[in-house]
Order: sequence, then C-alpha cells, then structure tokens
Amino acid sequence: MELFLFVTFSALTVGSAAAVVWHPHPVKSALFLILSFFSMGGLYLLLQAEFIALMQVLVYAGAVMVLFLFVIMLLNLKPRGEDRAAFKVRVRWAVPLVLFFVGGVLTAVTGALARLAPAGSHGPDWVAAQGGNIRALGRLLFTRGLLPFEVTSVLLLVAVVGVMVLAKKERR
Amino acid sequence: MTEAVTNTGGDWLRLIVGLILVLIFSQLNALFLVWLERKVAGHIQLRYGPMEVGPHGLLQTIVDGIKLVGKELITPFKADKKLFVIAPVLVFMPVLVPFLVLPFGPELIIRDMNVGLLLIFAFSTFSVLAILVGGWASNNKYALLGAIRSVAQNVAYEIPLLLSVMSVVLMVHSFKFSELVMAQQRIWFIFLQPVAAIIYFICATAETNRAPFDIPEAESELVAGFHTEYSGMRFGLFFLAEYTNMFIVCAVATSLFLGGWHGPFGFSLGIPGVVWFLAKTYFLLFVLMWFRWTFPRVRFDQLMNFSWKVLIPLSMLNLLVTALVLKFV
Amino acid sequence: MVPLHYYLLVSALLFAIGVTGVLVRRNAIVIFMSIELMLNAANLSFVAFSRELQDLSGQLFVFFVMVVAAAEVTVGLAIIVTLHRNWKTIHVDAIRMLKG
Repeated sequence: MELFLFVTFSALTVGSAAAVVWHPHPVKSALFLILSFFSMGGLYLLLQAEFIALMQVLVYAGAVMVLFLFVIMLLNLKPRGEDRAAFKVRVRWAVPLVLFFVGGVLTAVTGALARLAPAGSHGPDWVAAQGGNIRALGRLLFTRGLLPFEVTSVLLLVAVVGVMVLAKKERR
Repeated sequence: MTEAVTNTGGDWLRLIVGLILVLIFSQLNALFLVWLERKVAGHIQLRYGPMEVGPHGLLQTIVDGIKLVGKELITPFKADKKLFVIAPVLVFMPVLVPFLVLPFGPELIIRDMNVGLLLIFAFSTFSVLAILVGGWASNNKYALLGAIRSVAQNVAYEIPLLLSVMSVVLMVHSFKFSELVMAQQRIWFIFLQPVAAIIYFICATAETNRAPFDIPEAESELVAGFHTEYSGMRFGLFFLAEYTNMFIVCAVATSLFLGGWHGPFGFSLGIPGVVWFLAKTYFLLFVLMWFRWTFPRVRFDQLMNFSWKVLIPLSMLNLLVTALVLKFV
Repeated sequence: MVPLHYYLLVSALLFAIGVTGVLVRRNAIVIFMSIELMLNAANLSFVAFSRELQDLSGQLFVFFVMVVAAAEVTVGLAIIVTLHRNWKTIHVDAIRMLKG
C-alpha cells in the first residue's frame, strides 16, 4: 500500500515537473507546478512529516503559486515569444549534461549511504511522547531553531519593504 | 494525519460512510441555504420570497437545480477548453475536505486530526485557485477582472484571518478540533477573544466573497465576475461550492469562538451537542445573509485599505496582547 | 517503509528537471518556477533524511527553506513585474542591458 502510494505520488510529482519545463504556455506550466507541489505534499505525508506536508500545500501550492498565476495573468503572458525550435535544440544539449552531473552526485551520495546510521534522538517514540509531529517540531523550533527563526522574521520584513519599493510606480 | 493515509485498519468503513454522508449533507445544506437566502432577502425587502413550490417554497431550489441540470453547457469559442471544464470541478473538490475534520458533536468527527484546523485553511486556498483558473480560461475580460480581484481580496483577508485564529490556538495549544472545543466547556472564546472573533467573521465574509465584500462578482461593474461565461450545472457547481464554503467558515467560527457543541456557560439544557452546533452555525449563516441585505458593497480601494491598514495591525496587536497575557497572567 | 534511496532518486530527478528548466527556457517566470522545483527537490531529501536519521532538524530546515522561498518569490515576482513594465517583455534574451 505504502509503496503504491509512493509510486503514484512520485510519478505525479516528477511527471508534472517535467510538464512545467516542457509546456510552452506559462499558465499551464504554473498549473502543472501546483500539481507537482501538491503530490509532493503526499510524499511528505508518507514520510510522517504532517506539518511540512500541510505547509507544502498551504504555502507552496496555495500562496506562492497563486502569486505566480496572479502575475502571469496580470502581465497577460502568451506562449509566443519563445522560439520552439531553438528550445528543442537546447533540450537536446541540456538533458544529457544535467543527467550526467546529477547522476554523478547521486552515485556519490548512494555510495556514502552505507555508512549512514540513525544518529538523532527524535525517533517515532520521542515524537509520540511530545504529542505528535507538530508539537515536537514546535518545541524544536523555539529551542534549537530560535535564532534562525528570528532572523527569518527580519528577512520577511525586508522582503515586504523591498517589494513595496520595487512595485511602486515612480511619480514624476 | 499520517494514519489517514497509511493505516489500513478498521477505520476504512468509517471514512467511506463519512464521505457519503458529507456528500449528501453538503448538497442538502446548499439547497437549503439558497432557499433560506431567498427567504431572508424577501422578508428584509417586505415580500414573501418563493412561495409556489412546496410549503413556503421549500422545494423551489430543488426544482431550480433540475432546471440547471437540464440546461445546455456552453463553452465559449475562444475559451481554453480543458481548463474551462476543469475549473468547476476544481472549485468543488476542496470544499468537501474540511468536512473530514469539522466537529459536529463529541462523537461526530470523521477524523479528529492533530492538524485539523491547518487542514481546513490549506484547502481553502484552493477555491481561489479554481476561481483564477475559471476566470482566466473563460477568455472574457469581466471574468478575468473578477478572478484577479478575487485573488487580491483573498490574499489580503487571509492574513488577518489566520492571525485571529492563531490567538485562539495560542490559548489552547492545539490545532485539534476536539481540544479546541473542549477548552470552551465553561466559557466560549468569543468572551475571551472578542476582537479575534469579530476579525475572523469579517474576514470570513470576505473570504467567501459575500456582500458587502462581493467585489469579484459585483454585477453592476463586472456582469457576474469570474463565472460570467459559465452556464448550466457548471455554474451550479460554483454556486454549490460557494454555499458549502459559507457553511464551512461558519462551522469553524462556531467551533473556535461559540463553543462548538457546548451550550452557553456549561449548560447544555439536555439538548444534544450536534443540535447546539448546527443551531449556532445556521445562526451565523443567517447573520451572513443579513449582512448582504444591510450593507452596500464597498469600493475596491476601501476593501484593500481596510484589510491592510486596519485588520492586519489590529489582529497582530491582538495576538501580541494574547501572548503577553498568557505569559504573565 | 519505502527505502531512503527511492526518495533520493525522486529528489534527484526533480532537481535535474529544475536545472534543465533554467537552462532551456527563456521566459523569466518559467525559469523562476524551475528554481522553485530545485528548492523543493532539496526539501524532499531533507525530509527523507530526517526520517532516516531520526532527527527532526531536517524538517526544521525545510520550514526555514519554505519561509525564505516565500520571501524570495515575492521579491522575484516584483522584479519580473518591474522588468515587464520597463521592457514590455520578460524574455531573458531580449533583456540585455542592466539599465532600463
């Protein structure tokens, strides 16, 4: 059952990710990306990361992609403007190149996997004792991750101000 | 939550029965709400509303539904065919998910998940997406304008909505609906968090695109907004989704602020919890309809300013005060 | 339980697709979406390793990646909107000068 779900979700994720790159129309690309992110949420569920799975749906599939679609529709982008023939030539060059490098990294990592052993103390029992994934994560976030947490809040503030400055029309 | 996916234990039957009940309930609820809306509108305007079919016109919406099913499905010539067809389905699917976690009564939760509240908000963003897709695929400027307005509005009002909900979550330390409701056995959270409750309800009105925040489908400016080009049952699905959405936001408001299945101040008066729950939810729905026929539609800039300049600072302040009180009192 | 290297394979494929997208597409928004794909590929392996090593820090990291990605998307999209305003296109080959 779990393997079946894994295969379904990962096929959806990878398949629609490929469609993002392949499809000439930006709106369709964005919609495929939503599908990809959504099924990736399913993968996170299989990995027992409930909070991350929901955040994936809420933040990525929801907020971020709505923003993407919004901008694409606002600018009214059309598929034309991109040379399809040149695109296919580039694909022919890029795919073997990328597969070569990523395959290399993957083999290197898989070689090192044999030496991997569970080192952390956050097994399923510990998570259950904390009262579930979300509480365990929260506890960790406000102890070990407190400094990064504060820094990201500053980052978000900077992003808000930056976007305001960028998007504002210059008045002459 | 994880168990819901991987555990194949004896709970499957419960899930399937629950799903069927949800489907039936959401349809009946939408039919009833449409009738109620027309009745409320009628009585506010000193007329009777539908009276012909059934007692007090109670069967009117069923007849209307049959009429909708029988109508021709028109797809505009220049529309994006696939997306145009998918959008109504896309808008209807996610509104069924929240029913999995809504606490109708102490024993009447299909799945009492640890992350129940988050699940509802995660899936509520999908209806915006569907509106955007439908509006864009219609290839109609009114539809696209309506969809874009809808997104801008939903993004703006989602922030104070979540912030006001967070101040309740902060008090209970849980996203689990059963725990959120149990914490209100003695006193409802509307008395402890009046600001959050009001902000939530305003934002919920805006999230469901209801008057006075129905800018995305303002008929005097945009024909019918994002569903201008939709006809027949495709339009019907948008309509059903809208009314189901209204039920969901009111049900969440009931379980977060009005004590869910509990009676006021611990007195249940011998009335079963599910009756309390539904009574409060339908009262809130009535208030939503009351809003619609009382307040005129706001302008778009007023709408955005109100969220960004009033609601968001206020809800942040509320959250801060809640945190300080919980810490030091 | 699905073994770790299955997840790593999916993650690697996603990353490869993301890199390919950046290399072959010329539409700034699609390039941006491909970058998001790469970020997500990294997230997936973080969570997979987090389960394998029984250490929740991996999930914590994903949380931060999501926050940073959200901030990055808003700023990036604002830049794209400004580009479109100045150049009337977001085709990266057409935008050759830094000064608008």
